Amino acid sequence: MAAPQVAPLETPDTDEVPAPDRPWVTIVWDDPVNLMAYVTWVFQKLFGYSRGRAEQLMLDVHHKGKAVVSSGTRERMEHDASQLHAYGLWATVDRA
Amino acid sequence: MFQRCSGHYVATFAIDEVRVLRKVATEVVGLLTDAFDHADPVVVRLFPEVYPDDAADTAEFRRYTEGDLKTAKIDQAGAILAALPDDAGGEVRLDSEAAEAWLRALNDARLAMGVRLEIRDSTDLGAELDDAVATDPGSSRMFQLSVYAYLGYLQESLLSALID
Repeated sequence: MAAPQVAPLETPDTDEVPAPDRPWVTIVWDDPVNLMAYVTWVFQKLFGYSRGRAEQLMLDVHHKGKAVVSSGTRERMEHDASQLHAYGLWATVDRA
Repeated sequence: MFQRCSGHYVATFAIDEVRVLRKVATEVVGLLTDAFDHADPVVVRLFPEVYPDDAADTAEFRRYTEGDLKTAKIDQAGAILAALPDDAGGEVRLDSEAAEAWLRALNDARLAMGVRLEIRDSTDLGAELDDAVATDPGSSRMFQLSVYAYLGYLQESLLSALID
């Protein structure tokens, strides 16, 4: 059996094909319980961020209600979110 | 409270503190095992919806990750139970791995209590405690608020010992 010689009529919807480099993000949301120093420590621990960068992210979460803490493939972001959940942070995954 | 001492993190607890910590850690294990219920707001907070706008994707994520996450949370609560003296006051000595498990477990316990106590960003714990004392010092809310405050203090102390 030969493969069809005609091109498919429908081309893929480009909206469904995200940019390949960093198409997804992990978001951490503000929470009234988590200690600020703890959140900073978690960002350093999980992502290897410097104290300064981790503190800035923590402050963004605190003041703006949320912050993007990592970006990459969907699988990687789900991994990050799952790790953050183990530390008790309120993390979600979204398209960039 | 916690002090760093030759690579370990050491604190001495009175018997009442040991009993409170045991009770709190046991309750966390309970709500992750026999009492596990996705409709419980505490479970909702400990296992957040990873795709808030997509129930199907969230369910798929849960299918693959929830078992491991539950096991991790039970283990970290278990790290508290394992390190506490039997029904007596005494010293708790944690290596860095146990110390990190304690931090996560104390955080889970505080999250659970925070949901039950309806802690908000605007909550002034000191004022809440004063109110509870004035209303009924023997109330369950008074007790829960004191434990919640104590766990925060303990977590902060362990974290400082770990970071410094």
